[in-house]
Amino acid sequence: MRGKIGVIIGIVAFALFLGAGVQAAEPIRVGAILAVTGGASFLGGPESRTLEMLVEDTNAKGGIDGHKVELFIMNSEGSPEKAVSFAKQLIEEKKVLAILGPSTSGETMAIKKIADDGQTILLSCAAAEVIVNPVAKWVFKTPQKDSDAVQAIFNQMGRMKITKIGLLSGNTGFGKAGKGQIEKLAPENGITIVANEVYDKASTDLTAEVTKVKAAGAEAILNWSIVPAQSIVIKNARQIGFKGPIFQSHGFGNIKYVEAAGAAAEGVIFPAGRLLVADILPVTNPQRAVLINYKRNYETRCVGEECSTFGGHAYDAFMILKAGIEKSGSTHREKVRDAIENLKGFVGTGGIFNFSPTDHNGLGIDAFELLTVKNGKFDIYNK
Amino acid sequence: MNLDLFLQYVVAGVTYGTIYGIVAMGFNIIYNTTGIINFAQGEFVMLGGMTAVTLARVLPLPAAILVAVLVTTVVGALIEILFIRWLRHPSVLRMIVITIGLSILIREVALHIWGEGVRALPYFTGTSVTSIRLGGVYISPQVLWVVGISAVVVAILGGFFRYTLLGMQMRACAANRDAARLCGISAKNMVTLSFMLSAGIGALGGCIVSPITYVQYDSGVPLAIKGFTVAILGGLGNSAASAGAGMLLGILESFSVSVLPAAYKDVISVAILLAILFVRPSGLFGSAEVARLKEF
Repeated sequence: MRGKIGVIIGIVAFALFLGAGVQAAEPIRVGAILAVTGGASFLGGPESRTLEMLVEDTNAKGGIDGHKVELFIMNSEGSPEKAVSFAKQLIEEKKVLAILGPSTSGETMAIKKIADDGQTILLSCAAAEVIVNPVAKWVFKTPQKDSDAVQAIFNQMGRMKITKIGLLSGNTGFGKAGKGQIEKLAPENGITIVANEVYDKASTDLTAEVTKVKAAGAEAILNWSIVPAQSIVIKNARQIGFKGPIFQSHGFGNIKYVEAAGAAAEGVIFPAGRLLVADILPVTNPQRAVLINYKRNYETRCVGEECSTFGGHAYDAFMILKAGIEKSGSTHREKVRDAIENLKGFVGTGGIFNFSPTDHNGLGIDAFELLTVKNGKFDIYNK
Repeated sequence: MNLDLFLQYVVAGVTYGTIYGIVAMGFNIIYNTTGIINFAQGEFVMLGGMTAVTLARVLPLPAAILVAVLVTTVVGALIEILFIRWLRHPSVLRMIVITIGLSILIREVALHIWGEGVRALPYFTGTSVTSIRLGGVYISPQVLWVVGISAVVVAILGGFFRYTLLGMQMRACAANRDAARLCGISAKNMVTLSFMLSAGIGALGGCIVSPITYVQYDSGVPLAIKGFTVAILGGLGNSAASAGAGMLLGILESFSVSVLPAAYKDVISVAILLAILFVRPSGLFGSAEVARLKEF
C-alpha cells in the first residue's frame, strides 16, 4: 500500500514539475563559461560582471522579443579541463541556446568541437585565430584576431626601424597561439627573433629571462601574454636597464596590468580595441556612442573599477546573440546561428563586425588602435 | 658568458632564493618544535602581503607592514589553538592532511575578503624602474631590502634560539618533548609559539617581496612547494641551512634559464627535490644519523 502511494506521489510531483516549466514566453537559456577567478581573472571578472549587467538590463526591459534571459555563469578558473566539463553540463543538462565565453583561448580550443557537435552557438571571448580558422559551423569569436594584432605591431616596428626583437610569451593558449603567429609573420616583415622564451603563467620573477633577452641584443621586447606575470616582465626588463621599446599584446587591455607594473609601464605600446580610449575618440568615430554608453554603465555599476577590453568582448558576445535572435525573429538555434553568420555592420566595442560563412570573427586590422601608457593611463599612440 | 651577465644571473637567483629561504625557515621552525610539516606556510606569506597592502592605504608603509606581521602572527596562533592543540598524538599523515585543508580554507577566505585581483605594495625606495648599477649589473633597490631584511631575520632567529630562555625551551621541545615537559616546559605553549613565529616570518617575507612580484589569493601554493623543496634540500629542521639552500636553488634555477628554455625552470626545482629525496633525504647540510632518529 505504501509503495503504491509513493508511486502516485511521485507521478503527481513529476507532473507538477513538468507543468512548472511551461510558461507563457519561454525564457532563453544562455550559458557562460568565464575565468572569474584564477590567473585569467582580469578577463573573466569584468566579463562576468558585464554579462550580469546586460542580462539584468535586458530582462528589465522585457527580455529579447518578450523572452526573458536566463543566464548561467560557470567559473572555470581559466582551466581547460573545467571548461570542458561545464560545456558538457550546459549543453546536455541545461540545454542552452548559446554559450558565451570562455575567457581564454586554451579553454575555447578545448570545447570548440564539443560545442560544434552539440549544435550550441559558441561566442568566444578569446582571441586566438585557431578558434575560427578552420571555421566550425557553430563557433564564433568576438575579440580581434591575434594575427592582426601581430601585424599591427610589426607595422609599427617597421616605422621605428626595429629588426631584432626578443619574444617572451606566456605558456597559456593565448601565448602559444600568439607565439605561433609571430614566428609565422616575422620573416615577411623583416623581423628577426633573437631570443624566444616561454614563461610560466604563475611566475613571480622573470629577471633571468629578460637578462637572456637583453644579452642576445634585442632592440625591442615583444611580450605576449594575458596573465599578471606580463607586468613582471615589464618591471624586470626596466630594472635590468633595458632601454628599448616594450610591445605588449592586446592581452594588456586592463588598467590593472598597468597598475601592477607601476612606473615601468610608461611608454609600453600595444594594439587594442578603442574602448580603452573611448573618451578621447573623435566625435565622428562610428563606435564612439556604443563605447561611451558601455563604459558609463559598467563604471556606474562596478564602482571604482575601470572598464577593460575584456568586458567589452563579453558585451559584444551578448549583443551579437541578441541581434541574431531579433534579426531571425526566433529562438530556434539554427535560425539564430544563420542570422549571426550574416550579420553585417554590427557596431560593437571590439570594432565593427561583418560576419560571413568564411569569417566567424568579423573584424579586421582596422579594429585595432595602437595605444600606449602615459602617466599611468591609456592613451592613443602618436607616431 | 661574460662576468656582467654571470653576475646578473646570480642577482636574479639571489632574489628568488631569499624568498624560498624565508618560506623554508617557517617550515623548519614548526617542524623542529612539533614534527609537523605545515603546508599552510605559503598562506602565511600571502596573508602578510595582502594584509599589508590593505593597511597601506590608511597607515604609513612601515606601520602597515608591522601591523600586518602582527595580524598574521595572531592568525598563526589561532590556527594552532583551534585546529592543532586538541589533537592527541596525531600521526604525521593526519597532520599533513589537516594542514593542507587549512591552506585551502585560508585561500578561500582570502578570496572572499580580497577578491581575485593581484596586489602589490609600493617599493620601499624608488619605483618599479629604479635600479642601482654596480659595474655592469643592475639591481633593484628592493632586492637589497629583501636580502638585507632576510639576513637580519636569520641572525635574530639564530640568536633567539641560542641565547634566550624561550628559544632554548623551544629547542628542548624539539629534541625530546617528554623530557622537556618533565623539566617544566609547557610543550603546548611552545607549539603555539612556533606557529606564531613561523607565521610572523612568513608574513614579513610576503611584505618585503610583494613590490617585486605581486600577491594574489592563491600565490601561497607555489611558494609553499618551493619552500618545502628548499627545506628538504638544506636538511629538514635546519633553519640556517635553509637560507643557504634557498640561495642554491634560486641560483640553479636562474642559470638554468641561460641554458634551457625558461619553461623548464620549475622542472629544475622538482628534479632537485626528487634527486635529494632519493639520494640523500637528510638534505645537503643535515646529518644522516640525526635524520634517522627523527620520526619523519
